[in-house]
Amino acid sequence: MAVTEIKNLTMNFGPQHPAAHGVLRLVLEMDGEIVERADPHIGLLHRGTEKLIENKTYLQAVPYFDRLDYVSPMCQEHAFALAIENLLGITPPLRGQYIRVLYSEITRILNHLLNISAFALDVGAMTPLLWWFEEREVLMEFYERVSGARLHSAYFRPGGVHRDMPEGLADDIMAFVDRFPKMIDDVEHLLTENRIFKQRTVDIGVATAEEAMDWGFSGPMLRGSGVAWDLRKSEPYDVYDKVDFDIPVGKNGDCYDRYILRLEEMRQSLRIMKQCLEQMPGGPVRSSDPKISPPRRADMKTSMEALIHHFKLYTEGYHVAPGETYKAVEAPKGEFGVYVVSDGSNKPYRCKIRAPGFAFLQATDFLGRGTMLADIVAIIGSMDIVFGEIDR
Amino acid sequence: MNKNLQDLGDYLKNALPGAVEKISEDHDQLIVNCKQGGIASFLTFLRDDSNCLFKVLIDICGVDYPEREKRFEVVYHLQSLRLNQRIRVKVICSDGDIIPSVSGVYSSANWYERETYDFFGIMFSDHPDLRRLLTDYGFDGHPLRKDFPLTGYVEVRYDEEQKRVVYEPVKLTQAFRSFDFMSPWEGAEYILPGDEKADDSAQGGN
Repeated sequence: MAVTEIKNLTMNFGPQHPAAHGVLRLVLEMDGEIVERADPHIGLLHRGTEKLIENKTYLQAVPYFDRLDYVSPMCQEHAFALAIENLLGITPPLRGQYIRVLYSEITRILNHLLNISAFALDVGAMTPLLWWFEEREVLMEFYERVSGARLHSAYFRPGGVHRDMPEGLADDIMAFVDRFPKMIDDVEHLLTENRIFKQRTVDIGVATAEEAMDWGFSGPMLRGSGVAWDLRKSEPYDVYDKVDFDIPVGKNGDCYDRYILRLEEMRQSLRIMKQCLEQMPGGPVRSSDPKISPPRRADMKTSMEALIHHFKLYTEGYHVAPGETYKAVEAPKGEFGVYVVSDGSNKPYRCKIRAPGFAFLQATDFLGRGTMLADIVAIIGSMDIVFGEIDR
Repeated sequence: MNKNLQDLGDYLKNALPGAVEKISEDHDQLIVNCKQGGIASFLTFLRDDSNCLFKVLIDICGVDYPEREKRFEVVYHLQSLRLNQRIRVKVICSDGDIIPSVSGVYSSANWYERETYDFFGIMFSDHPDLRRLLTDYGFDGHPLRKDFPLTGYVEVRYDEEQKRVVYEPVKLTQAFRSFDFMSPWEGAEYILPGDEKADDSAQGGN
């Protein structure tokens, strides 16, 4: 009898596969249903953001950060704003800091709503996505009311936030905070003890604490593996040291733990939002330095100085003293950092963006090796991949 | 300098005098310049030494300074969860230098080094798989070098006749305009319109 040689099958997963969460091309080497090797090909959404930022003024660079991880725009502006404030040596007014923290947490919920529900959809549950998309719309309305845009808000600027919150918005956010826990419970009832969901996620994509650190994980991916690490606690920025919240930590480092963790993070975010709304003082929301933040419209009608400042700010921008800094925030996905090198001109000399998803995705091979093909989908879903930030 | 950073810097200098070239600080962040050949052993020390424990490699990136003799800086960002400390390690190299890869020290270095190679053309020795990462298949050049134009050299479009995507030299309907808003009284580098005549007339006058 002739011996048939069985060759491994190389399979393309994506770039148009819905479970690839965007434009991921994953080249899988399959031995039957088992994944032998996974080689992600990225860069299909590469737009040269870092190069573009080098050619724009500091203020013009802000909107590029919305377009990185388009599911959590404000957190990324936050990192950039903190880096530039660090270089300029300014601190935004307290009210501005509270608004930034409030909106960072809204962003976190916005991100986790999409991530958990899309993850559930990947492993076969359709309902959460339909329920939570409605809630996402409510949150994006809060975005729109404060900045004028649902997604690409360009709201956090170096020196504070662009505008104060309109009247009545705080009450509406408070009403949302009181109402929303029920929506989390609803989905939790559907998924947490669901037999199919658990079969698809428990003990899938396991990373120990050592491995998670070795692969540069951060955020829920690191905490899922049992490392209690959160930049909001360890390097508090803005007013995170003035609010009280807990850091949920996982035990097994599998996809299920990351899901549970994100659910709990949403509840903690609500706690932070509530405290922000209660503690928020009055006063200005952005730096009063006319070289950094624009003058009031009314002043421009009467004051020549204000008009000149406005013109100079929006054409030349401000000059930043030579130096370099790295500032990171705890974005919903993990540590989002910006490394800015300034040469004293009005444009960043180099702006390196450190995206959390980049580190997660390169671990696909490590997490997915030896699992079934369907588990790759669960692993990618639990990583919270968004290609805007990975490809930059 | 911050006391903690000072202590850590001194400690590193004493522990590894051969690898450390310079210790400095910028905006309360510690910067260590490391010798090119010693980077892998230096990062291994930072990872394993009980006074450092920088277990997480946050990022590797390149910075290009074309006017310098050695034009590139490779910047490593490390983080210690135990000490809640960050450190930035720099290696200076010129075009064509080959830097030892640290992908054996940190698994996450793999893609970061590929990205640095892709964007700046900096080579890493002993890297398991040094391919381009973010640019197109078959891309030519290293886009984050300062001498690479913002618009690039080629553009793509779908050709209806050939039924495939074709690459063509970049054609701009409007030239790229880089506005320099620097005040001419504050040392702008460009020549103001008309200024080029000033020298000629001055010479003619003499």
